[in-house]
Amino acid sequence: MGMTLIEKIIAHNIGRESVTPGEIVTVNVDRVMVHDIFIPFVADKFEEMGFSKIWDPDKMVLIYDHLVPASQLDDARHFAKGDAFAAKYGVKNVHRSDGICHQLMTEAGYVKPGDIAFGTDSHTVTYGCVGAFSTGIGYTEMAGILGTGKLWIRVPETIKVEVNGTLPANVSSKDVILQILGDLRADGATYKSLEFVGSTFDAMSVASRMTMSNMTVECGAKCGLFAPDEKTAEYCGISAEDFKNDAFLQSLKGDPDAAYERVLTYRAEDFVPVAACPSQVDNIHPVSEIAGLAVDQVFLGSCTNGRLEDLAAAADILRGKKIAPFVKMIVTPASRKIYREALEAGILETLAEAGAMITHPGCGLCCGRAGGILTDNEVVVATNNRNFLGRMGTSKVQIYLASPKTAAWTALTGRISVPE
Amino acid sequence: MEEFTGKVWLLGDDIDTDIIMPTEYLAMKTVKDMCPYAFSPLRPEMAAQIHEGDIIVAGKNFGCGSSREQAPEVIKALGIRCVIAGSYARIFFRNAINNGLLLIENADLVRDVKEGDEITVRVGDSILYGDKTYPISPLPQNLLDILDAGGLVRAMQRLNGIGKE
Repeated sequence: MGMTLIEKIIAHNIGRESVTPGEIVTVNVDRVMVHDIFIPFVADKFEEMGFSKIWDPDKMVLIYDHLVPASQLDDARHFAKGDAFAAKYGVKNVHRSDGICHQLMTEAGYVKPGDIAFGTDSHTVTYGCVGAFSTGIGYTEMAGILGTGKLWIRVPETIKVEVNGTLPANVSSKDVILQILGDLRADGATYKSLEFVGSTFDAMSVASRMTMSNMTVECGAKCGLFAPDEKTAEYCGISAEDFKNDAFLQSLKGDPDAAYERVLTYRAEDFVPVAACPSQVDNIHPVSEIAGLAVDQVFLGSCTNGRLEDLAAAADILRGKKIAPFVKMIVTPASRKIYREALEAGILETLAEAGAMITHPGCGLCCGRAGGILTDNEVVVATNNRNFLGRMGTSKVQIYLASPKTAAWTALTGRISVPE
Repeated sequence: MEEFTGKVWLLGDDIDTDIIMPTEYLAMKTVKDMCPYAFSPLRPEMAAQIHEGDIIVAGKNFGCGSSREQAPEVIKALGIRCVIAGSYARIFFRNAINNGLLLIENADLVRDVKEGDEITVRVGDSILYGDKTYPISPLPQNLLDILDAGGLVRAMQRLNGIGKE
């Protein structure tokens, strides 16, 4: 019988012909990511466990993003502790202000198709966009991996999501994943792998796929995978020839006779702009249903939607116009590279001229620590991935998650608006 | 068989880790420092009123969201003896086991029990509430091994030949 994409990655990793969902196996870890919030805890647990060296220091990536730039006095302690750990154990891959971890891991070439990667952050699932198995873990397990290079996992069942056709012009990959989350619900894929197939995804950029993989954890998924194609190879710096000649990379797709636990099928033409309404990510409604609600703030950014195409989509809508005077619009590119590209393309100038505030790449606002947190009864339309109670300020902030296009139209009119 | 009785704190579905421990407090020095803020977005009064040995009973998808391990650590530090939920999100589940926090999966109890009532847990066997008994299904062996070692840190110490056997 054939295998699903996740089964192929795991079987290859442990040198077996096949694996079966439900089986518990120990995998060899290709890459790990630790970010600034958790590095002190990882460091303490690692030493408490009695390890004296990292199994392979080059496989660890340490990224400061949640606390950059520091907003509380305690934050700086995390950088000092991270720097000391990196120096002591020979970790060279340290990014102190280059961008959000989940953007950097594939952008800087740390994760390739077919790899197995773990990170101390639930949105580590993002790297499924290049056909890697990656998922979030806690700091104690991370300390264990740093010592041993291994982790036990349960081989997940797979839910196939098939979408064919052409999306309407005002619909983005964000709307597609939000709709899927609404249909699966917040626990609908717990412990499972999602596999995205169909002509709609074939036509998507890697950046758009990244938005989708990023949010698969919001329905409990262990990972959300796209089969790598020529676009993936180019993004990952693999030459077309190497990609074509690599039997493993070519094998990375679900087999026609693989066993899927469930198949969700959609027509691309049926999607409409949607939003996740307060305060659950699976509380999905068409934007048309909530249109007209006045907003206080709009946030464009995060590891979900802070890429060049997201900023460009907003700039196209806001070019030569001004946002509503009572709205604060905050734009946060996902990485320094994207920031520079958006600067060179005139996108940041367009957004700034329209009245937006441009901030340095980081996680501050998305995780409610800094850079635009809100208070009771304020309404925000945001492109990030969570609208949990208290996520971006007090527990009475109303967070609506939506696409960059919906966010830009909302900033323009000052009211939740369906993008035209 | 280990058996204990505790007072119930009743919570709903999809209790996320931002509710259990908001990001705002994650950079505090110790988990003890974070304790007063546990569950504050949902029930600000709760952390101060939890007593050693209390039990959290919740609906489905407990611990969804962020990978923050402070969530199970703070529950343990508050003195919660165990969590009984309809189901758990995967990262929280792993983190709790690795920290030696007992998790029990049961979808029926949350529908019957009232906050403040007492329940009795017979570990690995059943839950008793009033005149009703709720079965507990067993955990996989590799997880029992971690729990038996006293959490993942102890299991790794054993691997490295340090600490008590």
